[in-house]
Amino acid sequence: MKLTDLPDSRGHFGPYGGIFVAETLMAALDELRVEYDKARNDPAFIAEFEYELKHYVGRPSPVYHAKRLSEAYGGAQIYLKREDLNHTGAHKINNTIGQALLARRMGKKRVIAETGAGQHGVASATVAARYGMECVVYMGAEDVARQSPNVFRMKLLGATVVPVSSGSKTLKDALNEAMRDWVTNVESTFYILGTAAGPHPYPMLVRDFQCVIGRECLVQMPELAGRQPDAVIACVGGGSNAIGIFHPYIPHENVRLIGVEAGGSGVASGKHAAPLTAGTPGVLHGFRSYLMQDENGQIIETHSVSAGLDYPGVGPEHSYLKDAGRAEYVAIDDDEALAAFHDLCRYEGIIPALESSHAVAHAKKLAPTLGKDKIILVNLSGRGDKDINTVAKVSGITL
Amino acid sequence: MSRIGQTFIALKAHNRKALIPFITAGDPGKGLTVPLMHALVEAGADIIELGVPFSDPMADGPVIQRASERALANKVGLKDVLAMTAEFRKTNTTTPVVLMGYANPVERMGYETFALAAKAAGVDGVLTVDIPPEESAGVSDVFKAHGLDPIFLLSPTTPESRVEQVAAAAGGFIYYVSLKGVTGSANLDTEEVAQKLAMVRKHCSLPVGVGFGIRDAATAEAVARIADAVVVGSRIVNEIETAPEGECTNRVKHLVAELRRGVDAASK
Repeated sequence: MKLTDLPDSRGHFGPYGGIFVAETLMAALDELRVEYDKARNDPAFIAEFEYELKHYVGRPSPVYHAKRLSEAYGGAQIYLKREDLNHTGAHKINNTIGQALLARRMGKKRVIAETGAGQHGVASATVAARYGMECVVYMGAEDVARQSPNVFRMKLLGATVVPVSSGSKTLKDALNEAMRDWVTNVESTFYILGTAAGPHPYPMLVRDFQCVIGRECLVQMPELAGRQPDAVIACVGGGSNAIGIFHPYIPHENVRLIGVEAGGSGVASGKHAAPLTAGTPGVLHGFRSYLMQDENGQIIETHSVSAGLDYPGVGPEHSYLKDAGRAEYVAIDDDEALAAFHDLCRYEGIIPALESSHAVAHAKKLAPTLGKDKIILVNLSGRGDKDINTVAKVSGITL
Repeated sequence: MSRIGQTFIALKAHNRKALIPFITAGDPGKGLTVPLMHALVEAGADIIELGVPFSDPMADGPVIQRASERALANKVGLKDVLAMTAEFRKTNTTTPVVLMGYANPVERMGYETFALAAKAAGVDGVLTVDIPPEESAGVSDVFKAHGLDPIFLLSPTTPESRVEQVAAAAGGFIYYVSLKGVTGSANLDTEEVAQKLAMVRKHCSLPVGVGFGIRDAATAEAVARIADAVVVGSRIVNEIETAPEGECTNRVKHLVAELRRGVDAASK
């Protein structure tokens, strides 16, 4: 079986993925699987998705040669895939449009979503407004407090934001709560999952909606640089922006695929969110993958300056690509990500999301080890306006 | 035959229905679980469902999630739950114990290692909430090979076509969750449940327990009229949560005795 043929019919990427949910959700997932199968083979559905991406999101997003940054990093040429220029400021909208169109096709008038930093929540609230659907977003109480601008954005867009006070009060708890809502309201409600994780078919359909990123790069890189890159770098939380740019490059065997996890205070400190770098396989949130867990199989709290990477699991396809050796995964700690954040601001006039800054930081390490004729493509998955309070705070500045 | 099978046969011989109370191991304290298990039996439990604490109990409502959090704060994990069962077995060799929990702690221990240890500790059945039959190939076989009954859920959203598949993988009894939603939700439509159970019984010869939404003698009686077993979780855990210190065991005993009267009233 080719790497690109996965998952199998029951959502398995080798030993990873699958459907690990209570019986109450099985029928809903089955319905989603059947409906998605029809939709992805329906030219009208594909055409509408593409129309929305072009006219509402503003795709294709450009690829940009970051010359001053490349010069400063002293090695390979760095190109940026500008997902930060999408409507709502990140790659998340690609997926929420796809899922909202699917929800509408299935006759669901209510959509729910989980969110960490609020980006997926905003993208979900946006499409719910766009298609006239009721939207409820679950968000950890701690994230509600530290991401208040995004909470207000969601409310402006007409969504109800429900703070979740159980567990660690962050993304994983919001996900638990969204699943509970879905179990309870399964007939009326479509669950817009924000990353390429969760039970089948979510990892596959989120990947499929995000693959537009990599497909555009395949066309844009030869136009702009004369050839495909030597390496593609993307940050990995749940891993949707990374799988979106990686997947179309999988058959291009000379292109290195490098996923960058959140190293937090450093992998050695234990305070991080890097399951592929330092975790072990297990089952959480409906799928098997690498996880952050203790010796008793309890999920442990994660740490990262970037709320969007602060998740103890990772999409199952990344676990598979790691074991298969097709992609490499590394960790970048908070300080390195912050330094790269400032680099991009100063050298290129682009304020990147802290999540994407992790990918830039790895390019900073890799570039000097490669010649100036080599090419690194970084997926700049989101813009950093949402992060200015966090950056000010860690810099000791009061706004 | 397993202790669970024997229990249902003995009950049927006396025209009685089973009462299956649930508690989370380690809640409210590590040392209180075994005394609570004995108290459940004294008050009329036929089978004990013992919750294995997990950090992310996705299918449970807030009441049982808080119990899980209290148990984890008491540093209770799967190994402790097995030790508690072994302790319980020192003085009770007849009441079946079913562990109910999530896949990851078992996966972490290893299914084979867990099955061996669970059997040795005196566990009779295992319900891993987030392992549906589709993912249980291997898992339920390992459990069965070690003499553990794999318990599976059926829900109001389970289509008839799936019931047979679930029944084929299951052992001991089938656990029908009578409400859509998480544990501890409100409202119970026994009429609708009765219709669904008739359909389930066409495809499944195992006894059927019904859970979710049972809170007192009256609801216990109503469910006992249509099911082989009445499963009560959140209501008991709620009693544990709200009982003043030192009164937990007595309060639980009182409640379970009330539920027992309800279940028995259905047989009269």
